[in-house]
Amino acid sequence: MSAVGMALELHDLVLSYGGPPVVDGLDLSVRPGEILVLTGPSGCGKSTVLRALAGLLRPDSGRIEADGEPVVTTSRDRAMVFQDNALLPWRTVRSNVELALKLAGRPRAGRQDDALRWIADVGLTGFEDYLPKSLSGGMRQRVQLARGLAGAPRAVMMDEPFGALDTQTRTSMQRLLIQTWRAHPTTVVFVTHDVDEALLIGDRIAVLGRAGQPLRALLDVPSPREPSVVRSALRAEIISALDHSELVS
Amino acid sequence: MTTQPAVLAVEAAVATQSVAPVVAPAPRRRPRLAWLVRIASVVAAIGLWQVLTANHVRLWLRFDTLPTVTEIVTAFGHRLGTQDYWLDLGQSLIRILTGFAIAAVAGVLTGILLGRSESFANVFGPLTELTRPIPAIAIVPVAILLFPTDEAGIVFITFLAAYFPIMVSTRHAARALPTIWEDSVRTLGGSGWDVLVRVVLPGILPGVFGGLSVGIGVAWICVISAEMISGRLGVGYRTWQAYTVLAYPEVFVGIITIGVLGFATSAAVELIGRRVTRWLPRGEEKTR
Repeated sequence: MSAVGMALELHDLVLSYGGPPVVDGLDLSVRPGEILVLTGPSGCGKSTVLRALAGLLRPDSGRIEADGEPVVTTSRDRAMVFQDNALLPWRTVRSNVELALKLAGRPRAGRQDDALRWIADVGLTGFEDYLPKSLSGGMRQRVQLARGLAGAPRAVMMDEPFGALDTQTRTSMQRLLIQTWRAHPTTVVFVTHDVDEALLIGDRIAVLGRAGQPLRALLDVPSPREPSVVRSALRAEIISALDHSELVS
Repeated sequence: MTTQPAVLAVEAAVATQSVAPVVAPAPRRRPRLAWLVRIASVVAAIGLWQVLTANHVRLWLRFDTLPTVTEIVTAFGHRLGTQDYWLDLGQSLIRILTGFAIAAVAGVLTGILLGRSESFANVFGPLTELTRPIPAIAIVPVAILLFPTDEAGIVFITFLAAYFPIMVSTRHAARALPTIWEDSVRTLGGSGWDVLVRVVLPGILPGVFGGLSVGIGVAWICVISAEMISGRLGVGYRTWQAYTVLAYPEVFVGIITIGVLGFATSAAVELIGRRVTRWLPRGEEKTR
């Protein structure tokens, strides 16, 4: 694999859906190969930032750069994992993963084996020929994880991928994510409103303010993804940043 | 006024009484009985027809003018042995399948374009909205004048009838398609073409088949009517022809034939539709 992950830069970014700006003047840089967690109160525009990074939303003004190149549209280098129901429901598990490999330009020959390996990596062996409707929410997210990473994108945007899951499933999915990311290193921008999830998986945590307000905090997580480390001080800091952004409105 | 609540109460009581014991698996427990009832109902209707016509009943409605069941069955048996019958049947099928196939292709293509391209909707949308309320059968005079052969005219009318329901359903389905599927294919590196072929076309199928089901129904109405007006062959032509020469049993042979053809084609569309939309979540299935 070439360089590990891509660098993403946001300069004075303004985003809206036609109305008042949801994100106003955001500056943020994502380092190659890190997991950056975006968090903030609901409606603060964290998913909007993610859509812009993926190339699904054009900025009103400001710049987004991926490895120095301006982002103008979607690319196989910047994949996205959605909260739920993003799998094509008429395709089986295997066929959904194979489509990702095909769109990533893999030759037909190895595609099927690659897909089976990815399905095995996310623990779904035996479910290759199931349609999404016959899978549980957690299983569908496993498929999405495989699909999102199968094309070896250099950055992956994850939009609350475990937000609709129960606590137990969520914990095992977080473990799976870290494990898969270690095996297939790439830049990850991860949106969540769960502080503990942010602390568990992130290298750095960015706390966005209310819609249109600047970044509240950008915090480094010391020895990231180390389960034994106690992070109560950092947790308190994030919560106070969240509260602050809550109060200012 | 005062009696109304009482009546309602009685009805409600009757309703709960009759419904309560049947709540859960009762209809499934006796499928054979249910089928007996269904068959008996049809047999009774045919029997009633025979009684009314054989006894020349005239109760304002003039059943004495109509053929009896036995006359119809005899005529049917006779017609089935003639070559004409199968020629007519084949001719009608060719007309409807041609018109319907063209309508399906044109309806799906323009429906997608109308649903997804604003500029196409601006140019073509007003034309379809203006012509849509006109029943296809009202265009028959124009079709006779416009097309060099009656054959082409009839196919055109059939096409027109089936086109609008197919186009409207497709357009609606294309507009209502969840954007998340498109977004996910694009972020995997898919192009506009990939989105069209891998998201839009499969995603709109449930809606398209809704339109095809309605379309095949109106196509039959129009092919039969057009044949009655301007045909030289065909089930509709033969049925009307039988009426003009006072061969009333043959009229019923035609009517029944049309019914069977309509049922068979609709069932085929329905069946294919169910097969290609198996991925839809259905009520009876359990999710894990």
